[in-house]
Amino acid sequence: MIHRRVRQAHSASGTACLGAMLALVAAMVSPPRAMAQPPSPAAELVWGGDAEGGSPYVEADPRDPSRVVGFEADVAALIAAKLGLRPRFQPVQFASIDASVKRGDFVIGLSGIEDTPARRAALAVTVPYYEFREVLTVRAADAPRIRVLDDLRGRRVGTLGGTIAYEILLDAQAARGVVAVSYDDDVHPYSDLALGRLDAVLLDHVLADKAMRRERGLVTHPETVAVGHYVGVLDRTNATLRDRIDAVLLDAMRDGTLEGIFRRWGLWNDDQPKLYARVLTAAVPAAAGLAPAAQAASRSEGAEAQPPAQGHTETAAAVQRYLPALFRAALVTIVLSCLAMALAVAMGVFIASGRVYGGRVLRTVLTAYVELTRGTPVLLQLFVLYYGLAEFIRLPAFVAALIGLGLNYAAYESEIYRGALEAVPKGQLEAARVLGLSERQVFTLVRGPQALRLALAPMTNDFVALLKDSSLVSVLTVVELTKQTQIFAANIGSWVVPGALCAAMYLAMSLPLARAARRLEAKWKAPTP
Amino acid sequence: MEGAHAMNLPVLDARGITLRRGSRDVLRGVDLHIGRGELVALMGLSGGGKTTFLRAVAGLEAFDAGTLSVDGVNLVAGRLPAPDVLKARRRKVGMVFQFHHLFEHLTAAHNVCLALVHVHRVPRHEAERRALALLDQMGVGARARALPRELSGGEAQRVAIARALAVDPPLLLMDEPTASLDPARRDELGDTLERLTRSGRTLLAATHDDDFARDYADRVIVMADGLVVEQGDPAGVLGSPQHPATRQLLSQKKRSNGGGSDS
Repeated sequence: MIHRRVRQAHSASGTACLGAMLALVAAMVSPPRAMAQPPSPAAELVWGGDAEGGSPYVEADPRDPSRVVGFEADVAALIAAKLGLRPRFQPVQFASIDASVKRGDFVIGLSGIEDTPARRAALAVTVPYYEFREVLTVRAADAPRIRVLDDLRGRRVGTLGGTIAYEILLDAQAARGVVAVSYDDDVHPYSDLALGRLDAVLLDHVLADKAMRRERGLVTHPETVAVGHYVGVLDRTNATLRDRIDAVLLDAMRDGTLEGIFRRWGLWNDDQPKLYARVLTAAVPAAAGLAPAAQAASRSEGAEAQPPAQGHTETAAAVQRYLPALFRAALVTIVLSCLAMALAVAMGVFIASGRVYGGRVLRTVLTAYVELTRGTPVLLQLFVLYYGLAEFIRLPAFVAALIGLGLNYAAYESEIYRGALEAVPKGQLEAARVLGLSERQVFTLVRGPQALRLALAPMTNDFVALLKDSSLVSVLTVVELTKQTQIFAANIGSWVVPGALCAAMYLAMSLPLARAARRLEAKWKAPTP
Repeated sequence: MEGAHAMNLPVLDARGITLRRGSRDVLRGVDLHIGRGELVALMGLSGGGKTTFLRAVAGLEAFDAGTLSVDGVNLVAGRLPAPDVLKARRRKVGMVFQFHHLFEHLTAAHNVCLALVHVHRVPRHEAERRALALLDQMGVGARARALPRELSGGEAQRVAIARALAVDPPLLLMDEPTASLDPARRDELGDTLERLTRSGRTLLAATHDDDFARDYADRVIVMADGLVVEQGDPAGVLGSPQHPATRQLLSQKKRSNGGGSDS
């Protein structure tokens, strides 16, 4: 659900829009499920990746959008060929790759996937086939002042959520007061940096190089903040297939095939031969001892060595580590929802009374507003507010989220209030007028209060819906409950515990609210003593 | 009639009131004068214009021609007047609707004191005291804290009368006051209204109920097709009706009562 929404968000934003959409269409027309088991001889190798990640990883071929190109596509083709299979691409959202490979949507994920202890614990991971450096990008004007993370105390630093870079930023947030900002894609961190919403971006040098070609006025410092590696991921039940793939990759390191691929994409550098040498040395005992050996080879500054998961204790520790963050995120959700609802109610009352009492021009304008707001996706509205208007007014993310949700829900609230106002019997209004009440008093003393009683149930309903829809604002870098859960799940490589915790927190917020509304309704209905 | 009430200025003075709704002439030149302290029954068949006339007097509906004055405040034909004129008029007229229209979200007491507090700026404490006194006077003091939906039809009507009287209007309009009352309740209402007229209040009640008119009204005015067609003391008008509409009204009543309900 969440993933699908975020995917829509990206399409709406226009980031890699066409490619993503075409990939999505391709996915829909292709046979639904990949085999989780080792594929049958004549079958396909279904591999998953995020085409929105774009070049040089994987993107729709500009000349033939039904195909994907990129070094990951070449690696996939190489593996498939050596295994005697046909490669087929399965698009997937970046943050969902681990979960998706586990549930069998594809056999192997190849999409600039970082080697981390959590991944090794949860999945069958291939040998690392590319070494990248985490680098810091800043605005050219700031380059002399901001060189390392220590220079960024109290400043906002963006990166892609669920990555090693994000973990580094979270550590820096705790230790050095850096403000970590998580994005769902690798394009907006750099555009927000150029706009002044961020003071720096920490990401893979591959992504930084790409962004430097796109954005003007940015500088990437050559210093390496951390080192990481790209790997392929498979479900743990596919360990045998993983070993076969490792053998293919090791061969490709020896015979220069991988070098050829990375040279073609302009990514070959001096780090790679050293990595390959380490990996090949570690792999000498071959097949049997391969996995632990590769693991030893892949340790890096970015992903510090931790023993692979020891089942429940590991999960319990992760829960303990993430619980405060989840509570903070829940607080963001509830505060954002309450403020947005307050805005929606105020605006809704204004729109509804304008449509009931106003002149023709006002009525037309308000009706157009309601129809436009209800007839377009809230995600599109959020993107327009945050990114679209950025040239004119740079709203902070939380403010943009609040205004976006508030104005969207105002349209729905206004329809509830209008219906409720019109449902108050005419006799009630005439009785009030005959008593000498002014029209304003009729509204505030009789019509409004009675309409409110009629509107209460649908309003409660809307507030609960808003509470959940507030998860959409994660596309504006606001880390609320769902986003934090996603980060949590990506980190431990499982949705079970984070999902349950997240659901419990949403329920803990929405159930008391529904109860309070029911009580109030009952009180209004009950006979007086 | 003119003789009996020429001494004081009429509380209600309507001349040549016409009111058109779409292509239909609802009122076609109503002349009507009511003196202080009178209890007048406005009778006629359904669709004769009784309720519309009451609504015009209450300032709920604009009329097209004629002059309409209530206790010295004039309404002009054409459209509803400016809010301040309307407000002055509405202080002169109280109205009790057929279905009462009590404010559903307020208790009986708060229904009564709403206009006192918000229109007449009486302090809330004083307004509530007066509301309770009025409800007591109407015999529903014990129901002051009840919501309208908890009241019986008779109780609701008494609360509605108390609400209309709270701002002390010289003229009280009632639409079909006996429609939902059993005979015992009807007599109680009649006694209450008589008490009100004795204290100088003027009452105009649109009604189908000729028994009620005979027993309690000082005068009966019969309307048909948007005109006043007959008027006089109840015994005369209802005893020997001159106009076909009056006769039809009475025969209808007899039929629906299975022959005879004359008291």
